[in-house]
Amino acid sequence: MSQSYNRGLIEDFSRWKEFSAGMWAWIFHKFTGWMLIGYLFTHIAVLSSAIAAADGQTMMLAGEEVNAYTGTLQGLESLFIVRVLEVGLLAVAVFHILNGIRLLMVDLGVGLTAQDKSFYASLVLTGIITVASVPTFMAGVGL
Amino acid sequence: MSTQQQEPESQESPQDPEMKGAESPQQRRLKEKQEGMVDEHAEDEAEAAGETVHIKVFRYDPEVADKQEPRFDDFHVPFEKGMTVLDAVMYARDEFDSSLTFRHSCRQAVCGSDAFFVNGSQMLGCKTQLSELEQPVRIEPLPHQEVVKDLVVDMDHFYDQMHAVEPYFQDEDTPAASDLEEQRQTPENREKIKMSSRCIWCGACMSSCNIAAGDNEYLGPAAINKAYKFAMDDRESEEIKEHRLRILEQEHGVWRCQTQFSCTEVCPKDIPLTEHIQELKREAVKKNLKFW
Repeated sequence: MSQSYNRGLIEDFSRWKEFSAGMWAWIFHKFTGWMLIGYLFTHIAVLSSAIAAADGQTMMLAGEEVNAYTGTLQGLESLFIVRVLEVGLLAVAVFHILNGIRLLMVDLGVGLTAQDKSFYASLVLTGIITVASVPTFMAGVGL
Repeated sequence: MSTQQQEPESQESPQDPEMKGAESPQQRRLKEKQEGMVDEHAEDEAEAAGETVHIKVFRYDPEVADKQEPRFDDFHVPFEKGMTVLDAVMYARDEFDSSLTFRHSCRQAVCGSDAFFVNGSQMLGCKTQLSELEQPVRIEPLPHQEVVKDLVVDMDHFYDQMHAVEPYFQDEDTPAASDLEEQRQTPENREKIKMSSRCIWCGACMSSCNIAAGDNEYLGPAAINKAYKFAMDDRESEEIKEHRLRILEQEHGVWRCQTQFSCTEVCPKDIPLTEHIQELKREAVKKNLKFW
């Protein structure tokens, strides 16, 4: 054997059309996990305006003087894009929770033969919950 | 497949004139049977019509100048009823290009030599019917292993991992041979390890595993399954089971599995690999849990 050929990462993401349910579940779980970590940082940044509010800092919002925390939150909530992102956050969190339960069952050795069905179920449930949440999240905000 | 399906008239289920309208269970069964056989008729017709199967085979040979750059070769193999992927590449080798290289031996899914990457999935060439595949059938060597030539991959690493779990019975405390005593296993215990003992070392699972691809030290599904076979065997003593678990619970052992189920999907012997790996994870946790 003089020489051999390394095909590298063949089969990996370029062949996504051939991925099975378990593989998709893994990819989505990783993706949603990273999204939630990213959200945590923005969450901390927004909440830290409460420190400024405690120091008595105020800001102007729609001609009214409110404290920094209320102003920040209300300012964000009035933005259409923030509402869309909130729906996205809910979708990400719900999928991560449902697939987390699925993985818990897999770890306990329960229903491993139905692992693909439970993945589809968590996808469908995520979709239903997300769609159902849209009226609540989008209430009172215009484009 | 492009074959046209015609209902042969001679194969009609016998009609009872008095049972017209209502379908008897027998008629229903006959109908079901006939529907199940449609594929076979299609195969017969495909064979009779002299149809060919289009296969695209991965070619690479470091010793031939124009094959040093990997490429795909197209072959049109005459279809025969019941033809497998292995039959097709064998025909291509025998009739078209004798330099086409691949491993095969028993041709009945026992030796585990002919695991290929067919249409984007690891499978045994001898166990895969061409009629079930979309054409052109793309036949490649197993991914994540070095290609030696054409469809032949370097299996050394796979075998190293298999040997790393000490896949042999280790109990010193066996009954004396002079007493002609047998070392018996209970039927229940035999059932428990039955599926794990079906492994034929084809390497399809290891090749399909995304984690094994990125972590060369990971034992891989096949080796862990082999360890499961011995760790779950009651005839070995507790001490040896603990020794086995010590190998498995290391950083690159069972904990690398992230339950993608890729190995379970591709295993040609239907071994529930993920299930076995998960059970060993639980065993490893149980062994280390201390309440004091």
